Amino acid sequence: MAYDLTFAKDVYKKSEMGHWIKMCMQCGVCAGSCPLRAHWQHSPRQLFQMVRAGKRDEVLKSSDMWMCTSCYNCIVRCPRNLPITHIIHGLARYAETEKMTDPMQPTRRFAVEVFWKNITATGRVGEAMLTMRLYFQDGIGSGIQKALEMKDSALGMLKTRRLNPIPFRGKIKGYDGFAKMLAKAAELESKLENKE
Amino acid sequence: MADAHAAGQTILVVGGGISGLTTAIEAAETGYDVLLVEKAPHLGGRVAQHNKYFPKLCSPVCGLEINFQRIKGNPRIRYLTLAEVEEIRGSEGQYTVRIRKHPRFVTEACTGCGECAAACSVTVPDPFNFGMNQVKAIRNNHAMAFPSWYYMDPEYAKSDEAKKVAKSCPVGAIQPDMQASVIEEQVASIVWATGWKPYDAEKILPYGFGQYPNVTTNMRFERLASVYGPTAGKIVRPSDGKEAKNVAFIQCAGSRDHNYLPFCSRVCCLASMKQAAYVRDQYPDSKVTIFYIDLRAMDRYEAFLQKTRADANISWIKSKPARIEEDAQGNPVVIGENTLTGERYAMPFDLVVLATGMEPHSAVDAKVPANDATSDDYGFVTGGVLAAGCAAAPTDVASSVQSATAMAMKAIHAAVKKG
Repeated sequence: MAYDLTFAKDVYKKSEMGHWIKMCMQCGVCAGSCPLRAHWQHSPRQLFQMVRAGKRDEVLKSSDMWMCTSCYNCIVRCPRNLPITHIIHGLARYAETEKMTDPMQPTRRFAVEVFWKNITATGRVGEAMLTMRLYFQDGIGSGIQKALEMKDSALGMLKTRRLNPIPFRGKIKGYDGFAKMLAKAAELESKLENKE
Repeated sequence: MADAHAAGQTILVVGGGISGLTTAIEAAETGYDVLLVEKAPHLGGRVAQHNKYFPKLCSPVCGLEINFQRIKGNPRIRYLTLAEVEEIRGSEGQYTVRIRKHPRFVTEACTGCGECAAACSVTVPDPFNFGMNQVKAIRNNHAMAFPSWYYMDPEYAKSDEAKKVAKSCPVGAIQPDMQASVIEEQVASIVWATGWKPYDAEKILPYGFGQYPNVTTNMRFERLASVYGPTAGKIVRPSDGKEAKNVAFIQCAGSRDHNYLPFCSRVCCLASMKQAAYVRDQYPDSKVTIFYIDLRAMDRYEAFLQKTRADANISWIKSKPARIEEDAQGNPVVIGENTLTGERYAMPFDLVVLATGMEPHSAVDAKVPANDATSDDYGFVTGGVLAAGCAAAPTDVASSVQSATAMAMKAIHAAVKKG
């Protein structure tokens, strides 16, 4: 059986920090260090080996890289200095640009549909709208149910002024600069994706 | 001619372990004068601390004894113990070296009778056994130590009791007021054979060595399995003295790891297989588990790997464990991912042995004190002086002896050119 390296080479070039995957020696320390290890289908080590084995669909459709909470345990412990957290986020982003992600993956839905739209519209996160959008994305009934479940937390946060109930209107000071930064980042990213 | 060397053709060998002994003896038996300088109170180095060694799993006491006899019978070898080379000036063919001799507080008249140790009331953690037991403040390291002269701890030498103990010596060999001295020597060539020290396992925080008593290291395990060791060879766990019948070995503990030692020490895989045999031989119903990234049975030792593999009570898990925790019974629990099955495990053991690697002394506390000395990224000696054994690269006893013999030849070249 011949290896098809097309997918691996794409990841090395187009996925942020993807070229580091070449350095993985398959020791398994990342998996053992991950606090969410019980919830992954594939550990980072397995994902990296799947990339090298050309399993494009299985990697990019996987829910695994959306499970990362950026605790950085794996980066600290990796014996070969792989920036694992960043590689994992890079793979998630790459799966998204390749339109391979399960649209109903909860972290992906929150990141792409709720959080990103919320922050780029005004320049800052508006907690009230962010929470509303997240709770009501599956309809009014389930939104009300979720809101009631979280009522005590929300009241506690209001009391300690950790949640502003008034939706943030308008834009932050210097929004133009913020928009330029986003545009520049998008430009850099497209260069990365088109790099051959 | 070999008999007609002028002064200044001496070969200096620094380090009295298996490499330094070999270089010194090979050069001397070829007819050259040798000065052997050892930092510890006795010769024999790291090998003397081993229970058994490759390739025949025999006691190193035997191999060392042969070498000590060759030294005793050869007037061309001068050796200094408790001595360190502080400075090297000049270049090949005409070095001047400054050597500091630390006080032993016991002269060469000592017969090793042990009257002084019997009179001594102070005990200290035994450095030869990594502090796992207590020994007298005046002692020699073990029954086969060479030279067999006792030595006294410097702190103890300052005490009032030391003066009384001195009077107990039947031959008057004890001198608690002995001072350090500095000498200078002219030598033609220098062979650095300072060897290695076990990597400090306390630095590997996720494995909890120093925190969990039942997590130990491979060198400590050698002493634990030795009849001259703290338990007279009984393999028990440190916390409660229970027989250690379910033992795990973790390979590459702090090795091949950018956070610790980045390189492979080449011997630890085989050392753990050897130590697995200690456990299996002592307790027929014992179980051993070896965690590894990949197995590196170097040189001719593939056969040993096959033999170990044939034992159904030794299991192999391809995984570098991520961390160790301790359960309520004091068992260390090894946690990680089996990279062949993808299964994430948490396995309790009686005792966990960390197969730690070799840190060259030349990187830490025996740097070559010469202006033109060079070393590689890890502190192994590459130039300025000749390097033998583990001062040059991590390796086993047999390869150290080969390396040391080769360096004897190179050292002789320099001496001949000078003559």
